[in-house]
Amino acid sequence: MLLLDCPHCGPRDENEFHYGGQAGVPYPAGETTDEEWAAYVFVRDNPKGWFRERWFHVHGCRTWFTVERHTVTHEIRKPG
Amino acid sequence: MTHPDFLWRNPDPRPAYDVVIVGGGGHGLATAHYLANNHGITNVAVLERGWLAGGNMARNTTIIRSNYLWDESAAIYEHSLKLWEGLSAELDYDLQFSQRGVLNLAHNLGDVREGRRRVNANRLNGVDAEWLGPEEVKKFCPVVNVSGSARYPVMGATLQRRGGIAKHDHVAWALARSADGHGVDLIQGCEVTGFEITSNRVVAVRTSRGRIAAGKVALAAAGHTSVLAAQAGLRLPLQSHPLQALVSELLEPVLDCVVMSNAVHVYVSQAHKGELVMGAGIDAYNSYGQRGGVHVIEAQMAAALELFPIFSRVRVLRTWAGIVDVSPDASPIIGRTPVDGLYVNAGWGTGGFKATPGSGWVYADTIAHDRPHPLAEPFALERFTTGALIDEHGAAAVAH
Ligand SMILES: Cc1cc2nc3c(=O)[nH]c(=O)nc-3n(C[C@H](O)[C@H](O)[C@H](O)COP(=O)(O)OP(=O)(O)OC[C@H]3O[C@@H](n4cnc5c(N)ncnc54)[C@H](O)[C@@H]3O)c2cc1C
Ligand SMILES: [Zn+2]
Repeated sequence: MLLLDCPHCGPRDENEFHYGGQAGVPYPAGETTDEEWAAYVFVRDNPKGWFRERWFHVHGCRTWFTVERHTVTHEIRKPG
Repeated sequence: MTHPDFLWRNPDPRPAYDVVIVGGGGHGLATAHYLANNHGITNVAVLERGWLAGGNMARNTTIIRSNYLWDESAAIYEHSLKLWEGLSAELDYDLQFSQRGVLNLAHNLGDVREGRRRVNANRLNGVDAEWLGPEEVKKFCPVVNVSGSARYPVMGATLQRRGGIAKHDHVAWALARSADGHGVDLIQGCEVTGFEITSNRVVAVRTSRGRIAAGKVALAAAGHTSVLAAQAGLRLPLQSHPLQALVSELLEPVLDCVVMSNAVHVYVSQAHKGELVMGAGIDAYNSYGQRGGVHVIEAQMAAALELFPIFSRVRVLRTWAGIVDVSPDASPIIGRTPVDGLYVNAGWGTGGFKATPGSGWVYADTIAHDRPHPLAEPFALERFTTGALIDEHGAAAVAH
């Protein structure tokens, strides 16, 4: 079980949270091709290593926040 | 006692092959077997970074069925199930394929509607399917709690009698022996670390054991597909997640079918040896760590005990996780990629064991002819751009 540091509530168990996937995926600006739209809707980074991701404190204060987590060691650090 | 004969050689890589398959799990091995058997293509290497079939092939709960909702899925999974029905004979190896029947329980009205719809869809596609009421469920599987006061009342179930389980290690060994016998090099301890691409065509792979030239390169790397694709400059609609399972201590025969429940995220069967084999849903986050959270197992066990009170004092022997490659529509991605000569077979996520022979069959054909096999065509990468998704979340998301 991960220990996630909610910016409002402090460190809490993973099962209080909902996972939100990759952080910082920008909405495509202006005219988009079908390929660009497909990439925006369906494609996310899937790195083996450090990953910036969103978490939602669904069973707590209901804050969305960003963490950096290593996808092999599951180590968590404050996003730089 | 003498040591048993080895079932395949352990060759060093040669400098070049017609086809290099990346990943020596069930799908890679089945692809090699059918490249040789169906297409006479034997100048082939299967490169495996660990040991043969030590990934998800060694970690899955071996449930086999073909009762998916959409025509495209029914066609490919039923093709696979038909191959399973002849596979022990074809490979001359007892795969312990046991068609003991797969139940998918319904616990609420939504489940009931979805289940009945799927039974009808299956029948229209020539896939055997039945709808059972609670009493029939009890008759088919006496240890399930169908009492009306149960936490998760059993309101019925779909049954595919031709579904069941097989012994995963035997499947891998038999496919490996067959491929090796045709002259395919199965190369273990050989990690692919990059691709040489000239004028948009892949010409070689770089590996931990040197450069290997290749006419064609076929990915069959399951949870690690994104990592490999990135080395070829491709981003695929895949996310890698841990998927956990567990076995109990060995028991006398108590459960002679497979029982799955999407709604409460649990499924269980009893292996030939006697252990109960149970699986959970995926852990929510992306991971390559091959382990998941205990709370996922805990939730799964809590649900299992509601359904099977008789298991309450059974002890867990071990738990583990594999890394599964989940696609946005819970369907696989099979076919060509934007790089010429580079093929992908991935996204089988939580349910690709059942597809092992079918996947290998269509992938080998796709590689041999450099065009999608008709059963693979709907599963091409392009569907995410055209919007022709094959949404199998109902039939596939938790259920294997
Ligand atoms: C716990 C669990 C339960 C499951 N239960 C079921 C079930 O009941 N029914 C069902 O149908 N499916 C099930 N599945 C899914 C099924 O196991 C997979 O979909 C299927 O095994 C994937 O295909 P594969 O066998 O080729 O994968 P794998 O066996 O994982 O093969 C991929 C191989 O690629 C290798 N590889 C990766 N990167 C590289 C590289 N760079 N170079 C060389 N080699 C590389 C890996 O080491 C690995 O051996 C389950 C999975 C898990 C984890
Ligand atoms: Zn909080």
